[in-house]
Amino acid sequence: MRKQNQEKFRWNRKHLLGLKDLSRQEIEFILDTAGGFEQISTRSIKKAPTLRGKVVVNLFFEDSTRTRNSFTLAANRLSADVVEFTKKSSSVSKGETLIDTARNLEAMGIDIVVIRHNAGGAAKLLSRHIDACVINAGDGFDEHPTQALLDVYTIRQARQTLEGLKIGIVGDIAHSRVARSNIWAMTKLGAEVILVGPPTLMPAQVSRLPVRVSYSLDAVLEELDVINMLRIQFERLGSNPFPSVREYSHFFGLTVDRMKRAKCDLTVMHPGPINRGLEIESQVADGPNSVILRQVANGLAVRMAVLFLVNQGAAEQAKKKA
Amino acid sequence: MAEKILIRNGRLIDPANKVDRKTDLLIVGEKVAKVGAVDVECDRVIDARGRIVAPGLIDLHVHFREPGDEEEETIASGSAAAVAGGFTSVVCMPNTNPPIDEATGVEFIHRMGRQARKTFIYVMGAITKNRQGVELAEMGLMAEAGAIGFTDDGAGVQNAAVMLCALKYAAMLDCVVAQHAQDDSLGRSGVMNSGYNSTVLGLPGIDPLAEEMMLWRDVQLVKKTHVRYHAQHISTAGSVKIIREAKEMGLPVTCEATPHHLLLTDDAIAEYDTNYKVNPPLRTQADTQALRQAVKEGLVDALATDHAPHLQSEKELEFLAAPFGIASLECALGLYVEALIAPGVLDWPGLLALMTYRPAAVIGVKKGTLAEGDRADITIIDPDAEYVIDADKFVSKSRNCPYHGRRVKGRVEKTFVAGELRFSADR
Repeated sequence: MRKQNQEKFRWNRKHLLGLKDLSRQEIEFILDTAGGFEQISTRSIKKAPTLRGKVVVNLFFEDSTRTRNSFTLAANRLSADVVEFTKKSSSVSKGETLIDTARNLEAMGIDIVVIRHNAGGAAKLLSRHIDACVINAGDGFDEHPTQALLDVYTIRQARQTLEGLKIGIVGDIAHSRVARSNIWAMTKLGAEVILVGPPTLMPAQVSRLPVRVSYSLDAVLEELDVINMLRIQFERLGSNPFPSVREYSHFFGLTVDRMKRAKCDLTVMHPGPINRGLEIESQVADGPNSVILRQVANGLAVRMAVLFLVNQGAAEQAKKKA
Repeated sequence: MAEKILIRNGRLIDPANKVDRKTDLLIVGEKVAKVGAVDVECDRVIDARGRIVAPGLIDLHVHFREPGDEEEETIASGSAAAVAGGFTSVVCMPNTNPPIDEATGVEFIHRMGRQARKTFIYVMGAITKNRQGVELAEMGLMAEAGAIGFTDDGAGVQNAAVMLCALKYAAMLDCVVAQHAQDDSLGRSGVMNSGYNSTVLGLPGIDPLAEEMMLWRDVQLVKKTHVRYHAQHISTAGSVKIIREAKEMGLPVTCEATPHHLLLTDDAIAEYDTNYKVNPPLRTQADTQALRQAVKEGLVDALATDHAPHLQSEKELEFLAAPFGIASLECALGLYVEALIAPGVLDWPGLLALMTYRPAAVIGVKKGTLAEGDRADITIIDPDAEYVIDADKFVSKSRNCPYHGRRVKGRVEKTFVAGELRFSADR
């Protein structure tokens, strides 16, 4: 089935900006491609020549350790050259603009830009102004497509399919790009998504998204097959959406106690980095239901697939133009 | 000898005087000398067959960026854009850099306007010093220098006591106090309407309540003071309701609506196009409908562009970082036609009323009429001319216009200010 999917489908996108506009087939194609790359990590020589001679720029305007390292490693494994560009928050109207920064890099001859930015839409903006491929590594509260791809990849690995699964996403939905990309990817692949958190951390008109919403974790816990615990991002919280960390943990923390009431095969996920004892207790994060480290490992394969595919998409588009 | 210009065979619409008929109009010098059949020798005859001859249009809300941001617009370039859009009078907002918060600033704007010799320029001064919402600016001295009203536009006066004080003080000056109603505690960090689209785009929203709460508060303050109050660029269905109630109570409350709030919704922002980033933000279809309904009911006193020019390079920033504003002075008429005449909300006399004598009444000036003896501020319009808006041809310095490429109907052909032809489309 998956094999067939690959054969009749041709990937032709040169950017990966988000998952909202991707079809189910495209998402599955990325996951299948990632499956092929997964074995490279298990070989003694962990390298393929796929992107030899290509230059990948990690253009990071926000702190990130795991996503940036994961992209760097993924690019290295595909034999690309990687340029690291880190600049603390760019949102200033004076000084060099995002577009000028990117055009300058492009003038040096680059092929793929991986961008992380604090403003929603930054990746889209970039893609309109440069020729290189653009991969969104997280923009504001908009999307974080590779995170969601590795999440669904991990779920598929653990549960074979997302079809019919009930997946809870718990925490700060309002300020989470991970949640948005997750919603698009998971629902397209046939899962039911239940957003869980206090009303103050739900975005405006959340009911118009293709999801269910619950303000009580306990009310939905027993029906969940998968739970994705979002990190509380204190730096993004505006006017105290909850009274205290203690109160938040009390209502929304994934505790050993709560695990006893959940399905015994509940798949526990977290995009990291974990606030141990806040949204998730250590015994749960490190316990048998947790796939948190699998997520990290799978991130590598997914990002290799995305780098490979956008490069191929660019080649396809160049061919069409010629 | 004063120049005699005859405008022949036009459809003369003078809404204030309930005139709508085919007739001639004679300009002598700065004034309208005669309306009706004219039998004198003229220096110049303009055939206005099939055209509307209207009182010069008035825009209560423009930003000409001078002093401080002359790279975006100057009083000269903005004035040229105004007459190209048919506007013979505009009201400049005080949020320049530095802001217009004292008499010398008011005098400067007037002087630059006279030098530009295009449109007539009125000035609103700031309500508070440096537009900070804390201490009253020298409203009296600004009024003496010619300011016709006050606003901290760009932001609302947050503190109710300060606003109450401003309203009371304005009573002595007989000036209108205008407000950009927006409660910062609900709206400050937002960049677009708060709703489904902001959720999907992951952008911080501005709740409609931010506008409505301040507007409601101000109406209570007007109830107490009975001072003329003007709600600038109202954008929500809730605001319409508050205005309706205020008018039913007989309060001296007026309001304006912009082309973008009548035409566009936040659906337009799907691709993070910063040309749609404007404050107050584009709302939903229910809101545009409510605004049109308000126009139909006569609740809206004036149409105003909120012409807000910005550099291309600034609008090419991230949506979060790009400045708010739409430049629309030169294409406004066609947009109003699309929003209000095409769907049958208004007819031409109704539309022109909201662009002539009614805005004049808001700022308390005697303008926007075409009776004999009136100043000859006249706009000649071809109501049937269709054209495609081309922002690259704007005489404004800026191009931040989301209507670029839009086909509209209704074109300004000639603009006279004080009897002088200041704009002609065929030139």
